[in-house]
Amino acid sequence: MASSAIASNSTPFINQVKNAMTMTEKIFARASEKPQLSPGENVWVNVDILMTHDVCGPGSIGIFKREFGQNAKVWDREKVVIIPDHYIFTTDERANRNVDILRDFCTEQNIKYFYDIKDLGNFKANPDYKGVCHVALAQEGHCRPGEVLLGTDSHTCTAGAFGQFATGIGNTDAGFVLGAGKLLLKVPPTLRFVMDGEMPNYLLAKDLILQIIGEISVSGATYKSMEFVGSTVESLTMEERMTLCNMVVEAGGKNGIVPADSTTHKYLADKTSLPYEPVYSDDKARFLSEYRFDVSKLEPLVAKPHSPDNRALARECKDVKIDRVYIGSCTGGKTEDFLAAAEIFLASGKRVKVPTFLVPATQKIWMDLYSLPVPGSGGKTCSQIFEEAGCDTPASPSCGACLGGPKDTYARMNEAQASFDVFSVCVSTTNRNFPGRMGHKEGQIYLASPYTAAASALTGFVTDPREFLQ
Amino acid sequence: MAAASALSNPTFTSSPTRLHHHHSLSPLSSIKLPNSSEQPFKPLISHPPPPCHQPLRATATPTPTTSTTSTTSFHGICYVVGDNIDTDQIIPAEYLTLVPSKPDEYKKLGSYALIGLPSSYQTRFIDPGESTSKYSILIAGDNFGCGSSREHAPVALGAAGVAAVVAESYARIFFRNSVATGEVYPLESEVRVCEECKTGDVVTIELGESRLINHTTGKEYVMKPIGDAGPVIEAGGIFAYARKTGMMPSQSC
Repeated sequence: MASSAIASNSTPFINQVKNAMTMTEKIFARASEKPQLSPGENVWVNVDILMTHDVCGPGSIGIFKREFGQNAKVWDREKVVIIPDHYIFTTDERANRNVDILRDFCTEQNIKYFYDIKDLGNFKANPDYKGVCHVALAQEGHCRPGEVLLGTDSHTCTAGAFGQFATGIGNTDAGFVLGAGKLLLKVPPTLRFVMDGEMPNYLLAKDLILQIIGEISVSGATYKSMEFVGSTVESLTMEERMTLCNMVVEAGGKNGIVPADSTTHKYLADKTSLPYEPVYSDDKARFLSEYRFDVSKLEPLVAKPHSPDNRALARECKDVKIDRVYIGSCTGGKTEDFLAAAEIFLASGKRVKVPTFLVPATQKIWMDLYSLPVPGSGGKTCSQIFEEAGCDTPASPSCGACLGGPKDTYARMNEAQASFDVFSVCVSTTNRNFPGRMGHKEGQIYLASPYTAAASALTGFVTDPREFLQ
Repeated sequence: MAAASALSNPTFTSSPTRLHHHHSLSPLSSIKLPNSSEQPFKPLISHPPPPCHQPLRATATPTPTTSTTSTTSFHGICYVVGDNIDTDQIIPAEYLTLVPSKPDEYKKLGSYALIGLPSSYQTRFIDPGESTSKYSILIAGDNFGCGSSREHAPVALGAAGVAAVVAESYARIFFRNSVATGEVYPLESEVRVCEECKTGDVVTIELGESRLINHTTGKEYVMKPIGDAGPVIEAGGIFAYARKTGMMPSQSC
């Protein structure tokens, strides 16, 4: 399946080869104001957007103040985006305090984009509140082709869906960027993933990225860029491209990237008025290796406990009994993820057999669940279909139980379930299944697409969605 | 960070303690950061460090330790973990409400280091009732520190008293965060030492020689050189290094 075809010796046009760059290299070149760059070079990169949230923001702010001074100002109040999203709906005092720290900082610095929440009892009373940062960044128009976005969260790579360079950094680096507006970064070499073929109606982008991670392992792209091209990728919506790029960090990738096209421009049309300039990989650009997939031949997948590269076909796991399903997060809590789940529930006409938790990523997505008609349903909304199927009521938008969080986090995997001999087993549309990721460290997490998650909810076992879609 | 680690365990003597001087840093708000067309700071190689801020990495045992990387050594007992130890196992998400830049919370993070390891790790990294670990050297397999970008991960290890990790390989962000904070040396082994060492083995790391010595088994291993990251970690992270080398202004020491 995977073939490695390296362009290095394939052409006599030396000059073209010398000047050819991948799109990630071009973004680095522009951001460092250099005409030409090669993988491995360390360059100072100008940052277009720095994003931080309630878990890493306070520490980043602490470092910024300690190092640049108590009265220092951020380098650009319009380029810092601060999004409380991780530990919001909790009584944990320190978690609440951390949101207060963000608010005080944003007031002091006059930060333009701060998506605040004050009334924790009713998220809808907070018009500024968005929810999960990576989805909010896209919905608010902060993801623009050709730019550099750094964030204090490993899933910042999600924004590569827009043809921008986006990667996660730590508090100390973020503290530096807050003061300096730039960061020393190494230009990564690029792995290219060419996905062609018509996407079967039972697959989602989650299956594609689980396929890739299973192929190259959880460290297969460490320090590398992952570029996604091919007719299948071109056919994906922006939300699906975000799912694809979201999980490159689960392969160790520095960034994931999809070339901008008409789908990108259309999505951005009503979200940003700032000019942007997409870049594209040259025909003769060098790729470390190239992987080709015929998507029409793929099947629904899961990643079994306790690693995102522990790939298996969903149908191979049909005997795995589960006790909950979780649909949410930056990976699998977007509008289309819920529409996909609703499609399965609608097609089956049945009720779920295990508790099914729904956590929309953002306030806008929550609204979509209550307003958008599900295709083929005669005008029903997702929320109506979920209610008829016996799912839990969609929860307040946040990162929720994807990463466990404080003990009182909604849908967190806490103690082992009484009905199970050992531990809780969850099928989840989230991104990681390392031990303890969703709370209890002996909990078993099967990562899957929203289709597979919904199908599994209906049977109480890991289930291939083709059981309901054909 | 250096300043916080100096506060972390001043009385603890059975594990390595970093004796960084707690110096006051000069605010940078007064300096003008250059435009993007210029290099923001002076080249990394110029300006020898001012003598006033010499960080010291001491070890728990009487082994003498000097302040230069070439002769720095760490001596202690090791704790051994396997492949793909992710950040949730190093510091579970429920403890991320602790803010590493606050000294008291830094210390608390240390007390939870590696608490997320499954119960199959019967010997726990931190003994019950303790707030730091008796293991000053962590030995790991492939892809150590994968998962989230939380800087709390190297911070928790550093705050617990870990001086160095020796792994087969690292996840990118964990490596970078280790260097940026100066919390732990992320050293790479040439071979899978995680299968050669056992928790509790007495080991020495000779940093300058890139050598790991297991005194319990009598074996020695070659590590990959830490290179230019070494002096940054020794200084206590990128900011401390930048001041030490004159890239950033330093107040009177």
